[in-house]
Formats: sequence, C-alpha cells, structure tokens
Amino acid sequence: CFLFHRGEGFNGLFLLAVASITLNFVKEAEIKRINKELANIRSKFKGDKALDGYSKKKYVCKLLFIFLLGHDIDFGHMEAVNLLSSNRYTEKQIGYLFISVLVNSNSELIRLINNAIKNDLASRNPTFMGLALHCIASVGSREMAEAFAGEIPKVLVAGDTMDSVKQSAALCLLRLYRTSPDLVPMGDWTSRVVHLLNDQHLGVVTAATSLITTLAQKNPEEFKTSVSLAVSRLSRIVTSASTDLQDYTYYFVPAPWLSVKLLRLLQCYPPPEDPAVRGRLTECLETILNKAQEPPKSKKVQHSNAKNAVLFEAISLIIHHDSEPNLLVRACNQLGQFLQHRETNLRYLALESMCTLASSEFSHEAVKTHIETVINALKTERDVSVRQRAVDLLYAMCDRSNAPQIVAEMLSYLETADYSIREEIVLKVAILAEKYAVDYTWYVDTILNLIRIAGDYVSEEVWYRVIQIVINRDDVQGYAAKTVFEALQAPACHENLVKVGGYILGEFGNLIAGDPRSSPLIQFNLLHSKFHLCSVPTRALLLSTYIKFVNLFPEVKPTIQDVLRSDSQLRNADVELQQRAVEYLRLSTVASTDILATVLEEMPPFPERESSILAKLKKKKGPSTVTDLEDTKRERSVDVNGGPEPAPASTSAMSTPSPSADLLGLGAAPPAPAGPPPSSSGGGGLLVDVFSDSASVVAPLAPGSEDNFARFVCKNNGVLFENQLLQIGLKSEFRQNLGRMFIFYGNKTSTQFLNFTPTLICSDELQPNILGFITKPVDPTVEGGAQVQQVVNIECVSDFTEAPVLNIQFRYGGTFQNVSVQLPITLNKFFQPTEMASQDFFQRWKQLSNPQQEVQNIFKAKHPMDTEVTKAKIIGFGSALLEEVDPNPANFVGAGIIHTKTTQIGCLLRLEPNLQAQMYRLTLRTSKEAVSQRLCELLSAQF
Amino acid sequence: ILSVLQFRNFKIIYRRYAGLYFCICVDVNDNNLAYLEAIHNFVEVLNEYFHNVCELDLVFNFYKVYTVVDEMFLAGEIRETSQTKVLKQLLMLQSLE
Repeated sequence: CFLFHRGEGFNGLFLLAVASITLNFVKEAEIKRINKELANIRSKFKGDKALDGYSKKKYVCKLLFIFLLGHDIDFGHMEAVNLLSSNRYTEKQIGYLFISVLVNSNSELIRLINNAIKNDLASRNPTFMGLALHCIASVGSREMAEAFAGEIPKVLVAGDTMDSVKQSAALCLLRLYRTSPDLVPMGDWTSRVVHLLNDQHLGVVTAATSLITTLAQKNPEEFKTSVSLAVSRLSRIVTSASTDLQDYTYYFVPAPWLSVKLLRLLQCYPPPEDPAVRGRLTECLETILNKAQEPPKSKKVQHSNAKNAVLFEAISLIIHHDSEPNLLVRACNQLGQFLQHRETNLRYLALESMCTLASSEFSHEAVKTHIETVINALKTERDVSVRQRAVDLLYAMCDRSNAPQIVAEMLSYLETADYSIREEIVLKVAILAEKYAVDYTWYVDTILNLIRIAGDYVSEEVWYRVIQIVINRDDVQGYAAKTVFEALQAPACHENLVKVGGYILGEFGNLIAGDPRSSPLIQFNLLHSKFHLCSVPTRALLLSTYIKFVNLFPEVKPTIQDVLRSDSQLRNADVELQQRAVEYLRLSTVASTDILATVLEEMPPFPERESSILAKLKKKKGPSTVTDLEDTKRERSVDVNGGPEPAPASTSAMSTPSPSADLLGLGAAPPAPAGPPPSSSGGGGLLVDVFSDSASVVAPLAPGSEDNFARFVCKNNGVLFENQLLQIGLKSEFRQNLGRMFIFYGNKTSTQFLNFTPTLICSDELQPNILGFITKPVDPTVEGGAQVQQVVNIECVSDFTEAPVLNIQFRYGGTFQNVSVQLPITLNKFFQPTEMASQDFFQRWKQLSNPQQEVQNIFKAKHPMDTEVTKAKIIGFGSALLEEVDPNPANFVGAGIIHTKTTQIGCLLRLEPNLQAQMYRLTLRTSKEAVSQRLCELLSAQF
Repeated sequence: ILSVLQFRNFKIIYRRYAGLYFCICVDVNDNNLAYLEAIHNFVEVLNEYFHNVCELDLVFNFYKVYTVVDEMFLAGEIRETSQTKVLKQLLMLQSLE
C-alpha cells in the first residue's frame, strides 16, 4: 500500500493510498535484499569519498522508496538536508520530498531545514519557492510556523508574486493556521487576501477560497467582506457559457470545485443583509437548481457528478440559510427526484441531504411527501449504508401525523435489519414511540414489540424508560400489566421482557389480579417459571417483585416464603441474591402489614427529565446525524449568528497572541503569558496579571486538584477531576521513557458544551524535560451525557519536577467555563522495576553514598500504617519491592530504573516505619540529586 | 455501488481504476461528489503525464507522482483543478531535470 500521507494530522483532505501496489516485498528474500541495499547506502554515506549531488539524490531517493515499501528508515536525514541547498531542481525536489515524508524532530536538523527554506523563499525562483512552500505545507510543524507564519502572508499578497506561488502560499498559510493559529498574525494582509476572490487566475481564487473559509470560521467579522465578493464570483461562474472558463471547465461544467468552495464559504455566514447581494445569490441558487432540470450536456458520469456536486452544495447553503421557503421546497423536490435515480451515490446523498431539510419548518412537509419512497428504499436498497440513511431520514421526517406508520415500518425492518444498525434502530423507535405517543397503550405495545423482535439490542436505557413512563402515567398502568402478563406467556421470551414484566407486575399486578386468569398465584408462578433461566441481576429484580407480591397479595405469602426459604435462595453462592433472600424472608416474617405496606409502597413518579435514550443515541451517532427537530433548530441558530462562535476574548486579544490560542497537536509552550499561573516563575506571573480580566486566561488550578494529583502517583487510572458539569477520567500506560494517557471528558449535563477546547500546557521550565502531545483535537461540541476521549502522548526527555497542566475551556449554556488541572505525569511513572538479591542491593546502596545522592525524609503517617497497603503503594510507585533484603523485616526496600530519553537513572529506596511513633523514615539514593529529591517528595506524600 | 466509506471520524471516498483504488480521506461534511471527481481529475492528469499510466509508472516514478499531487492538492485542500495548467507546470518541471 502506497502512502501519500505525509506528516501527521492533516486536516480536511488527505490522500491516503493508491492501494493494491502489492509487490511481494514481504518475502524474506526481499527483506534481505533491502537490508543489503540499506547497508550499501549507509556505507556510501559514511565513506571517505564525498558523494556528488547526483549520487546523493539517488540514494536518498532509494531510502525514500524503501520507506514507502513499509520499512523503517533511521538515517539519511542529513544527506536529504544537504540536497536542499543544491541548485538543481531534481536534487532539491528529492531532498524536500524526503523531509516532507520523514519528518524528524531533531532540532539541529530543523534549524538547517528552516534555513534552506528561508533561502528558497527569498530566491525569487518560483520553482524553488514552490518546493519550499509545499514542504512547509506538508510538515506544518510548530517550529515551521514560528519561523514562517509572519513571512508567508507577505509572499501571498506581494504584487510581484507569481500566480502558482500565490496558490501554494495561500494553502501553506492555511496549514499553519490550522496547526498553530496563535502564530498566524492577522493584519493588513487579511483584506488583501479577501480581494484574491477577484483574481483573474481561477487557481489562485480556488486556493484563496479555502484559506478564507477557514479563517472566516474563526474570525467571521474580519472576513465579512468576502460574502459579496464570493457571491459575485459565483454568479459569474454559474452564468458563464460552458466555453468561457476554458481550462476550468470540467466536462461542460464551469469550475465545479471552485463553485463548491465558494458555496462552502457562504455557509460560514447568515444570508447576506444587503438586498442586492442577497438577490444576486438567490438568482445563483435558482440558476443552479434550474440547470439540474436541463438535459445533460454529456452522458458521461463525470459531467453529472460535477454538476451535482455543485447542486448538493447549493442545497446545503439553502438549508443553512433556512430562510427562503421557495428554495427549500425546490431543493426538496430535486432531492425527491434523486431518491429514484439509478445511481446509488445520488440516492445516498439525496437521503442524507433530505435529513437536514426535514428539520426546517419550511420544508418539513415537503420532505414528508416522500415517505413511501424512503420506506421502499429501506426495503430494497442493497447497500447497508444507504438503508441506514433511509432509517435516519424516516426518523428525521417523523412527526405526530406519520409516527404510527414510521414506527411500524421500522419495527418490521428491524426483523431483518443488519446487526450493525439494530441497536440504533431500537433507540430511534423507542424515542419516536415516546415522543409521539398520543395513546400510551401504543407506546407500551411498541416497546414490548421491540423487546420481542430485538431483545438483545434493547439497552438498559430503553427498558428503564418504559418503566419510568408507566410509573408516571396511571392511565396506562393496568394496560401495561395486562400486556406484559400476556407477553410473558410465550414459552421463550427475552430476559429484558422478564425484567420489565417483573417490575411492572410487582408494582401494578394488583390491577389485573381480579381476573381469575391472572390471579396472584398465576402471576407469581408465571414469573417464577422464568426465574431459573435468568441471569443474576434479573433474579435479584424478581426477588424484589416477590416481596412486593407479599405486600400486594397476602394470600401468596406462604408460597413466596417457601421459595425464599429454599436452599437455592438462602444459600445462593451469589452474595447479592443470598442477601436479598435472607432480608426479604425476614422482612416478610417480622414486619407488620402496615410496615410492609410502607416499605413496599408503590414507587413515586420519576422526575421528568430528558430521555436518557436520546442522550445515548446522540452519543452513538454524534450530533450531526441525530436530527431532533428542536435540537437542530437550536444548533442552527448558533451557526447563523456567525459560524462557530467567536472566541470569547477575541476583542481583547486582537493584536496580542491570545493566551487561549490552543496548542493542539503540539505540546510546545505558548509564549510567556500562558505559563501555568500558580507555579510559573519570574515574568510569567506578571503577564498573567495583565490578562487576568480577559476570560481566556488559563484558570488557576481547580480546588482539590492537588489531592487528586497525589492519588495518581501510585496508580494510573481513575477520576482526575469532577464538578457538577464535567468529569475527567484518566487511563494511562507507561513504558520506559514513553507514556500514553487517555483522557475522558464526560459531559454530566444534558446540555451541549460548545467550543470545548482542552489545551496542554507545559511551562517553559518543564518543557525541555517532559513533552506532551495531544494527538488529535476533540470535537468542539460535546453533547449532553456524552463522553469524548483524547490521547496524550508523553515523552520523558530528562528528569523533571513540575507536571503539565491541562486547561479546559468551553461554553455551557451562556457561560464560559475554564478549568485547569495538573496532569498526574510524575517522574516515577518512568520507573522500570529491578529485582535484585540482598547483597547486590547493599553493594549498590554503598556505591551511592555521596551526600548529594541521598535524600531522606522523616514524616508522620497520614494514613493507617498497614503493611499490605504500603507494599501495594511501593509497587504502584513503580519500583520493585524487594523481599528478604532488609535485615529488619518491618522495613521495605525497593529498586528500579528511571528511564528518560537521555539517560537511565538507577534508584534505590528504603522505607522504615516506626509504629509506636506513627512515623516513617524514607531514604532515596540515586545517582542524581534532583531525582532523589523528587522521588522522595512524591513517595512521602503517599503514606 | 456506493463510493464512500465511514472511517473513524472521517469518510473515505474512493474510485477504482482497473486494479488500482484511489482513495481520499475527508471530513464527514465535505462534498462527496466534488472529491469523487477530484480523484478522476487527478487520474486524468496522471494518464496524460505518463502517457497511458499504469501501475508500474506510479511505483517507479513515485517521486513524480508526489509532484503531481502537490500541484493539485496541498495542505489537504484542492490547489489547482485545471488540467492544462497542471500539465504545463509539470512539463516545465520535467524540463529542469
């Protein structure tokens, strides 16, 4: 497989692979050949004779090829860098290519590379400038942003820059803005960039549009003028004759990609306010819709694809504006035609777009007219992804008028649905049934059907919810009891049905007990006939039902007591079941009728709250695909007011690098202002003060975070932080000098978090020693009840004291939230335990007898002095616990090696408890004073 | 046949030419058809540049393929869509070799 993927973290598009180039290089013989070749190249590079440019290029190119075949390459970087200063295009090109593909963070190399790039950018040779810009755009590292983010805007807007260089410069700047937005200064150039939309060269316009779109998302005000320019550019394209644009006409479609990009740019803004611009845009959109009705100019699929690409983007814009009923209905009719098209791609896309149309009040009715076609798609489409879209659309178009039909169709589809989408359909049916239930008997029937058809896919949320609803509505309780009773008659019924049945009969069995066919004893026997086939939690639930029966129906009390008394209950191996049996039996014997009635009173109504099912569905599918009518509206209105919300502090941070600017993707320290407040040294603190009025200053550490921090010294998993809104959980693993930390952010509320931005801050002091990289930004929107995960890669370069700080900023409701916690990355995480015998230990102990190597601390025990707990803590700390080493068996000794990138440090420790005095003496000996010191501090705090 | 696949938080749009699959990975809300045709546009350029391109052309001239990619796509975005302009530039670069 042939990877075009360069560097890491490409946003937007990355070319992945031209697959199937499967030369059988895996064969052993080939590996041998490659190793031989590598040895040969290595010797050439190391040889006495200086290589000429041509040979150097040849070998670097070979290395690259070998790398692309899937082998590791760990040399040749220097030779590649040398090629950069060549004056020959081919040599330079291979050099740049090697560096773009095999980025290396060696700082010396980066200096050389940046130097070469600088020379090429200044060379005024468009080819060389192009190579240099492409290299920056591919690597996009923070170092490059630091070096060039100021320079590239100048290249971009200079009057004498060649068109092809402008194109590259625009996209290069886009890349740097994506990776290090704080380093790209806004300035005079922005207005000139907007005017590139008027450029004669459509390639320049194409590249500039991408740049402007990205910038406008973050700075809508500053790029507002782009709207009218984009509209007039778009208008000139759509009204052009197919020959006007020559080079840019693709299968008779004028500039399709540029049209798509312009339409995307317009989606960053609400409908234009200026009536003239607005009228012109409406005309454009109408023209695009009209063209869809014209006979095709070519039978080739390329023609229709290009044309429809523009059409779909136009429809997206119409939906985004959601203000022109006429256009919305026309869009809907157009999509309706596509629903029946023979091209699968078009049917798929039409279903997808219609989903969003369904949530507009203007087009909801129009979408509904296609219900039969969509139901038909559900039944006949061959590709599961298309069927899935059909399910989504049915869900989106559902309202009170068609809910019974849609729910019935989904239920019948569920019987044959692909396993992969069953759970989701179950959730959707459950939500629709609840939301549009006029008649709650229908709701109960639907949920019981769900359990019957797809019991395995009915999650707890679903059956909890049906119970909540039955308990809260007394008009349905009798019906529910009767229905579950009947459903339980089936010889084989799903365990979820037994749970629902057990609960409902326990609460409301009395409502049907008057009927001799469902007398108390019959109800009990029916439930008990299922008991032995059920899992422990269900049995526990049934035992509770039984004790409720004792209260509801005194006549079955002896029967139930017999059951509870049997060995299989009273002596059940499961402690929960045993306890329930014992307690319930006792309760039934000693409690008076009154007490029993009080204890086992009917459950009170549940407080009304958002359906947990909806939260679950959102979590499962992400916000974009869950079209809840009101929700979508709400989200949309946020968009209309200026795309993704402007940064809270954008006004105060106009000309200063904003301290909130996120460092996602790179752990390098931000400029001084963002040093972590509590412990930052020297000038850092002062600058923080300057900013302290602005909302985006990093918050001081959350209260209690230090205690939490200490709890993680000897363990790797757990909850790091929790308040009413947010929970942060951690899971981490460390090996040698590397670590990986999974951070889980849980939204505890039922409302979205917006602009959710976690940032990792390593202070200047810390930064050279411990590196943390957030591998991927999280989605800025965290749905209510959802949990998102982020991975931090950690490298310990050399020993360190301070821990990196995780700052999280987000909007909740109308308020800005700002939380900082220390990430528990401590030096001892990089321990590898070392086992050794007694005599080795003391020999090494003696070797480390310099006063600087030893650090000792005598301290009072803060926790009970328990030997087993202490042992567990020492092991958790990371060192080996050495038994039978210390002559005094009450003492604990440990040994291990701290791995850092630069060195390995052997560590010995000894902990001497003094029970009488409730004190400890802890002694650390390592070859490095700072390490002894830090480990001693960390471990002392644990006892 | 559907030419889009879900892939983690992205989608992959692909097109098959004989034994070769050309894949592009984009954000989920990106325009499917536009990228589907971007692939074809790219393949047409390759075909013209290598005169009836075949798999081996791509393997043995992988560095030239990168040049073509760089002309047409950069920083994860479409850079140039005019086949004429791309080919002209490629020929110019070829002449420097």
